[in-house]
Amino acid sequence: MDKGTEQAEQHKSLKQEIEQSAQQKNSKVIKKLMLIVFGMFGFGFALVPLYDVFCDITGLNGKTNDTAAAYADGGIDTSRTITVQFITRTAKGIPWQFNPVINEVKVHPGEMKFVKFYAKNESDRDIVGQAVPSVSPGLAAAYFQKIECFCFTQQPLQANEEIEMGLQFYVDLELPEEITTLTLSYTLYDITGKVDS
Amino acid sequence: MTTDVLNDHDSHEGEHHDDHKMTGIKRWLYTTNHKDIGSMYLWFSFIMFLVGGALAMVIRAELFQPGLQIVEPDFFNQLTTVHGLIMVFGAIMPAFVGFANWMLPMMIGAPDMALPRLNNWSFWILPFAFAILIGSFFMESGAPNFGWTFYAPLSTTYSNGSTAFFVFAVHIMGISSIMGAINIVVTIMNMRAPGMTYMKMPLFVWTFFITAYLLIAVMPILAGVVTMLLTDTYFGTSFFDAAGGGDPVLFQHIFWFFGHPEVYIMILPAFGIVSTIIPAFSRKKLFGYSSMVYATSSIAFLSFIVWAHHMFTTGMPLFGELFFMYCTMLIAVPTGVKVFNWMATMWRGSMTFETPMLFSIAFVILFTIGGFSGLMLALTPVDFQYHDTYFVVAHFHYVLVTGSLFSIFAGAYYWLPKWTGHMYDETLGKVHFWCSLISVNLLFFPMHFLGLAGMPRRIPDYALQFADFNKWVSIGGFAFGLSQLIFLAVVIKCIRGGEKASAKPWEGAEGLEWTVASPAPYHTFTTPPKID
Repeated sequence: MDKGTEQAEQHKSLKQEIEQSAQQKNSKVIKKLMLIVFGMFGFGFALVPLYDVFCDITGLNGKTNDTAAAYADGGIDTSRTITVQFITRTAKGIPWQFNPVINEVKVHPGEMKFVKFYAKNESDRDIVGQAVPSVSPGLAAAYFQKIECFCFTQQPLQANEEIEMGLQFYVDLELPEEITTLTLSYTLYDITGKVDS
Repeated sequence: MTTDVLNDHDSHEGEHHDDHKMTGIKRWLYTTNHKDIGSMYLWFSFIMFLVGGALAMVIRAELFQPGLQIVEPDFFNQLTTVHGLIMVFGAIMPAFVGFANWMLPMMIGAPDMALPRLNNWSFWILPFAFAILIGSFFMESGAPNFGWTFYAPLSTTYSNGSTAFFVFAVHIMGISSIMGAINIVVTIMNMRAPGMTYMKMPLFVWTFFITAYLLIAVMPILAGVVTMLLTDTYFGTSFFDAAGGGDPVLFQHIFWFFGHPEVYIMILPAFGIVSTIIPAFSRKKLFGYSSMVYATSSIAFLSFIVWAHHMFTTGMPLFGELFFMYCTMLIAVPTGVKVFNWMATMWRGSMTFETPMLFSIAFVILFTIGGFSGLMLALTPVDFQYHDTYFVVAHFHYVLVTGSLFSIFAGAYYWLPKWTGHMYDETLGKVHFWCSLISVNLLFFPMHFLGLAGMPRRIPDYALQFADFNKWVSIGGFAFGLSQLIFLAVVIKCIRGGEKASAKPWEGAEGLEWTVASPAPYHTFTTPPKID
């Protein structure tokens, strides 16, 4: 082996070494960055339950309790009267008639009330409906307690069947002073397809 | 001694590599050279700019007079949606990645990007994404028609059937952006020439560094939210469907958590380009380098906590509205630092007004107008009136067209001599500038008044009282569209020939890219330069 080739070999190994260490450095950074990428992808999905919890605590989106609340007997505050209004809406594509039997009631905080909603399947096929409630102003949602509600369950109606559905609720004593009117809105969705699958 | 030996070896390999440069289409398909890939990105974004622009021309033709003349309302919605998607993901973002590819390695004294093959791939998947997106125009269902923000349930329950194509296109664009961003970060962290500390990097490099981090942080969120859309539409999940316990407002939260950093992804690199050009033509150093670095970082940080200012009218509690209002207004502080920095750089400089400088000065003024209308929109009570009107359209076109796009023009003119080895036609460049400047203001300024008067966005028809302004806006639009063909002419002319450019054609320019010949050799800095 003459001196030239020896030197060339030396260069080669030296260069390889440098390249290798650069590659190691790069892959270290890439790994960290990929962790951020996957972490943020997961975070996007984590926002879904986080948002639910956040809304639960703050009542941000007007969502009410979706399971029955127990009646807390803390007395009735007769010094305040709250107007509770009921509105209903049917979502696109559900051929039902759906409306409250009475449009509003006056209640004292702590007082239990029972109201009825009327629904009729006006089509000639069986449909499963699901009513989704929402309270406005949103911040009052946390103080509107449903003890019994047709919205807790799915509502199957056969063709042309009609029904009266009950809602039992009370308004929490802690309801902020400035709120005197609550609007409870129900939107009725056709979930027949989702139930089948 | 060691370095000498290595240099020797390097230069041999450089020649060796050049010998094997492929010809024809294969050169472009297989290339891992940052300059080739940069050029492809720039050409691709320019083609997309023309396609998106053509869609805008149809929009403006329809809005030239009240009533429905040219297109059906549903097709009009497809036009606005795809125009937005193409301009954001196809024109502005790839153009900046093109700049990053071309200039970053030369500015930090590196031989290439750190991950050259990844670089090739991240470019070559882009044409497929846009083929899917634009191809959906020719499907039975039509292209996406739910706005570039694709709010659920418009894009789920009420979709025209284009959601799947849209989602896959966005996924590919996202993957491309993430890979591009990873490449930029690794390059900047590992390949700086010895002696180039972080605080010695050109500001251009800094802004791309921060932008790349933003991309890595929020593009996965976009991927997540479009995946949720996909499963909501086709697989029966209920992320955004109230019937199944979801919440459509949640969509807006997740989307804008991506969307707000995204708008800074499109403006921070513009800050970098302008901060390079203004000192060069003022023949002064940038007034406050480190304050610019910190301002850019704080803008990037703040972009994560202001998203809900896009959603003031969704019925947030007062506290939320105040929080997002004040955070948004806080962004005016670092942005002000930047604007005053550029002004102070020009102050008492020996300024000359070549085309790159003209575009940069126009950028500073017009971007500031866009920033001010942004401040107006940030005020919650005021936003209730401006929300979803043409005022919003005016605002984001001022920041994206006279902001981002003007900076891209400025950068293109500034580095064209380095890219092609020829000086561009200065007269033609100035014609392009003045035509663009006048027409762009005719195009977007009256939109402020239309919005204040109550004209809603995304409509194919409007009330009679908006007719006069809309006519002028449309004329401005056509003129602006035509002006861009001048730019194409300048670029082609510059590539074909022209006055030979010296290594440093701009007297006041600074940076390593001006130490190599013009046009920049295929391989630069195979030996790292010395930085003092």
